[in-house]
Parts: sequence; C-alpha cells; structure tokens
Amino acid sequence: MAVIRDVMPAFELFQPSSVADAQKLLEQHGPDAWVLAGGLDSFDWLKDRIRKPKAVVDLSGIEELRSVRTTGDGIEIGAMTTLTEVVNHPIIKQKYGLLAQAAELVASPQIRNQGTLGGNVSQDTRCWYYRGGWPCYRAGGNICYADTPEGRNREHAILHADRCVAVNPSDSAPALIALDARFVLRTPKGERVVDAEDYFIGPEIDITRLHILQPGDLLTAIRIPSTWAGAQFYFEKIRDRNVWDFPLMNVASAMVTSGDSIERIRIAVNGAAARPLRLKAVEDAVRGKPRNTATGEMAGKLAVQGAVPLQFNAYKIPLMRNLVKRAISGVEEATWAS
Amino acid sequence: MTEKAGSKAFEDVPKAVSRRNFIKGVITSGVAVSSASYLFRASSLLQGQQSTAGVGERLITLNVNGQQRRVDVMRQETLAWTLRYKLGLTGTKLGCDRAECGSCTVLIDDIPYYSCSVLTHTVRGRKVVTIEGLAAADGTLHPVQQGVIDEQGFQCAFCMPGFIMTTVGYLKTNSNPTRQELAQGISGNLCRCQDYDKILTALMRGAENMRRSNLG
Ligand SMILES: Cc1cc2nc3c(=O)[nH]c(=O)nc-3n(C[C@H](O)[C@H](O)[C@H](O)COP(=O)(O)OP(=O)(O)OC[C@H]3O[C@@H](n4cnc5c(N)ncnc54)[C@H](O)[C@@H]3O)c2cc1C
Ligand code: FES
Ligand code: FES
Repeated sequence: MAVIRDVMPAFELFQPSSVADAQKLLEQHGPDAWVLAGGLDSFDWLKDRIRKPKAVVDLSGIEELRSVRTTGDGIEIGAMTTLTEVVNHPIIKQKYGLLAQAAELVASPQIRNQGTLGGNVSQDTRCWYYRGGWPCYRAGGNICYADTPEGRNREHAILHADRCVAVNPSDSAPALIALDARFVLRTPKGERVVDAEDYFIGPEIDITRLHILQPGDLLTAIRIPSTWAGAQFYFEKIRDRNVWDFPLMNVASAMVTSGDSIERIRIAVNGAAARPLRLKAVEDAVRGKPRNTATGEMAGKLAVQGAVPLQFNAYKIPLMRNLVKRAISGVEEATWAS
Repeated sequence: MTEKAGSKAFEDVPKAVSRRNFIKGVITSGVAVSSASYLFRASSLLQGQQSTAGVGERLITLNVNGQQRRVDVMRQETLAWTLRYKLGLTGTKLGCDRAECGSCTVLIDDIPYYSCSVLTHTVRGRKVVTIEGLAAADGTLHPVQQGVIDEQGFQCAFCMPGFIMTTVGYLKTNSNPTRQELAQGISGNLCRCQDYDKILTALMRGAENMRRSNLG
C-alpha cells in the first residue's frame, strides 16, 4: 500500500528538446539516469525510494517523439504519443483497431491522458514483492518471494518462469505483437529496429529487466505495417475492477479468413509470463482450419501446454485456454469450460 | 550547487535550446533541502521576501487559474504539492499520491490529469485549472459546481473537486454525454463514501446546466 511520504528525494531534472540531446544526457549519466515518459510507472519507484536516480531525463519536450505518421507501409507512432491519442487516432481506429481497443482498456482516463505508448510497453512488472523493494531475484537478490508456500501469487506467471514468476503488465504489448509491429530504438551505436516480440525478454535472458533496453537506449517509435490493416481483430482483457486494474490476462489476435477458414493469424497473450507471449504454435495449428468452436478448443489446449500453476494462480490455465479459444472462434460460439 | 547553477534563471531557458545552453542551463540540480525548510522558504517567498541562493533557478512562473504565479519549485516536486503547499490551492486533494484515486485531478490545457503524478516543472508554459479556478470572477459558480449543489451530489465531498475537474474536462470532448458515457468519463475517480449513482446524477445535471448556459 502506497504511503505518502512528502516529496520524492532530490534529483536533477533535464528537459531536452531533441532525441540527440536526450541521448547525450543518458550517455553522460549512465546508470544514474532515469528516462521519464508519462511517469506513471516511474514515480512509484522514485516515491518509494527504491530507485534513486541522480538524473531524470524528461522526454515530454521532444516533439519528434509525439506524433502518428503514415508511412509507405503503415504507420509510425512516436513513443511519447499518449494512450488517449492512440485511442482517438482515426487511422489507428480504422485500420489497426486492435491497438486502439487495447489502449482504451488501460488503467483510467487520466492515466491514458498521460501515459505514453512507449512507456506502456517499457513499464516494469507489478509484482508487489519486487515493487515493494524486497531483495528478490529481479532486484538482484537470491529468492522469489512470490514463489514460496505463503507467497501471494494470484497474479503471477504460469509459463516460462525461471526463478522469478513476475508477469509483464502491459495491455498494448500483445496487440502490437499481433499487429506485427516493429520497435525503433536509438542506441549509442545507432538506430536499431526489432520485431515487437523481440523487444520483450524473460528472466532466462535477463532477470532484472522485461525488455531489451540498456542504459542509454531510447525507444523512439513503434511502426505498424499494413499487413494486418483492417483484419478481424479480437482483444479481451480480464481484470478485477473495470478501471485501474492491470490485466490478470489479456489476449490479442489479428486474423484474415477466406470463406470460413483461417487464412492467416497472429495471436499473443500477456499476463501469463514475464514477457507477452506470441503463440506461434497456435498460429501454425489453426492456419487453414475452419474458424469454429472445435478449432478454438484445440487452439486453447495447445496454448496452455506446459503451463505450471503456482499456489494461487491455477485459474489462469483455464482462463488462458478460454481466452485463446474466444480469440479464435469468436465469443458467440465460446462456452466456458474449466 | 555548481557555478553553472545560478547562471541562468530556469524559466528563461526556452524549450528549444542550443546544445551548449541546454548543457549549461537546463542542467539544474535538485537542491537538497529538508521538507521543513523548503516549506518555510516557500511561505516567506509568498510574502514577497527574497530568498537564498539556488532559488533563482527554481523560481518559475506557472499559469494557474488564469493568473501568472511565481513559485519556487523543486525539481522533484509534483503539481499537487505545488498547488496545495506553495500556492495555497488546497481545493485539490491528495488521496493516494499514486494515480489510483483521482482526487488530485486538475486540468492541464483542458485535459484532466492526476496532479499527484505530474512534475510541476513539466507544466511550465501550460494552462493549469484547479477547482478554485472554475467560478466566475463575480462568484457565480461554474454550471457543473451548481449541478452538484442542486443535486447535493456528495457526502463528505473529499473526492468532489477531482470529480468536478474530470467532468469539466470530459465535457470539453463530449458536451452531451449519456449517463453511461459520463460514467465512463469519470471512471478514473474514486469516492470512499460511495454513492456513485448520486454523484453521476449531480454531474449529469451539471452537464445539462452547462449546455443551457452555453445556449444562453
Ligand atoms: C494505477 C495504475 C494503473 C495502471 N493500469 C494499467 C493497465 O491496466 N494496463 C496497462 O497496460 N498499464 C497500466 N498502467 C501502466 C501505465 O499505463 C503505464 O505506467 C504507463 O503506460 C507507463 O507509461 P508512462 O508514459 O507513464 O511511462 P513512465 O512511467 O515514465 O515509464 C515507464 C518505464 O519505461 C521507461 N521508458 C518510458 N518511455 C521510454 C522511452 N521512450 N525510451 C526508453 N525508456 C522509456 C521509463 O524509464 C520507465 O522505466 C497503470 C498504471 C497505474 C499507475
Ligand atoms: S492523489 Fe492523485 S490520484 Fe490519488
Ligand atoms: S463523498 Fe466522501 S469521498 Fe466522495
């Protein structure tokens, strides 16, 4: 539970107006620097005195990071574009509605007015042991407090856990993976463009981070190719309260059918593992199959293969199975099975 | 404090600065002062007294409720803090300080934000409106405030300024909402006395008042 303790500890504040200037500052301050976007993840760390950066680099004055541009093949969304701007953007709504749907389900209206797309995909996990400053694996320690007999782990991972059982909390991430987006990074070595799914990493690669950004790196934009423009989209988010709450799990799919068979599909879930998972095996298994309940059920079963529940999150296995099923066969045909 | 610190008043540094200036000028350090001493300094500042070194670079001008307010702001200070404890605008409430309740909601350039989660230095040059800024100069209440009074919408009313500011902001994007739409619009505000139905009725009345006053 958050405790109000007057103000945050002191830091230097830098407000560059270009990406180049921001990069210089990050280079100059190395690990002492903190990138500030909307701040809605950042301020928790600073207010709780768990992270104590000496230099905060505020990106809000960098105009080049805040726009939605159409490109030769799709659109490019600046990292500092707010979630509200994403939700209301006519082209995103019309052609890439999956992202608009996902962004609209994030948190609350005020948070969407301030939170950025770049921040949403770069935010840290919400595991409360970790965020509470406990010295767990992810914080450089030697234990996972959530994965103990008394650990509170209702919200934690069922797949790909490796020591740490935290999950990625982002709603926009699986939508971007389903849309086959590319993330544009500015690193000290130059520009680097990665597939959305490769932006995110699990504990087996780096237990202290959810994404590939290294100190000094900036996420500058997200590109969505036209490949899936106007496809059939499905986004569903399960949470405790309809406002504010992070996904217990969510699913995003983009599908093109011909006749009643699935011609191509991309599907991803979040809230199941430390990174949003693209379900490649499911995609391969349902391609060419009729879009019906049987295919949905088969896909759901396949999706949860290898899932390992913790003490309090076994519900996530049928939840994931059903979400995947619904994302493929549609809601009307879906029935809840346990 | 380095020798660079006093070289340029913070508010004089334009947003688009040359690299040299931005390294020299915008690099400003968060001055380490205890909360007790800075509160003391702030209040003496409001009384027009000169303060000690370091204040110059933190002294900024904010546009709050249509007025230009000069105020001494730490780098790490949130807007809610500045409004309440530096500018005396205590109508903005701090409930959670974590973007989880909405009681601190103010408008920045007409958009509702949680002021507990905005750094004051990031709103330089922008237009901040708090609950104190809604009534007309002659004291006539804003139509949404009037709606709340007409319907007696709140109980303890701690959450009320936040709800009203969110509603005023929302109505700028949709002046004629259905009950359901407005419920969605104000869904980022919590009330611990919890008669949301009554609150919504009051704010719907406010929306109606507003449409009427815009006609008239
Ligand atoms: C109460 C609450 C409820 C929430 N509920 C949800 C929810 O339901 N679903 C959901 O998806 N999210 C939710 N969020 C998360 C919120 O949407 C994110 O915190 C927000 O999107 C982060 O974005 P930001 O712009 O505020 O980034 P910040 O908090 O400023 O940044 C987040 C992290 O990313 C880094 N970063 C940000 N931008 C860049 C960049 N361009 N380059 C390099 N690094 C960068 C920062 O250094 C920081 O580590 C919630 C947050 C709160 C406070
Ligand atoms: S005090 Fe800002 S949202 Fe609760
Ligand atoms: S009326 Fe008491 S908190 Fe809302």
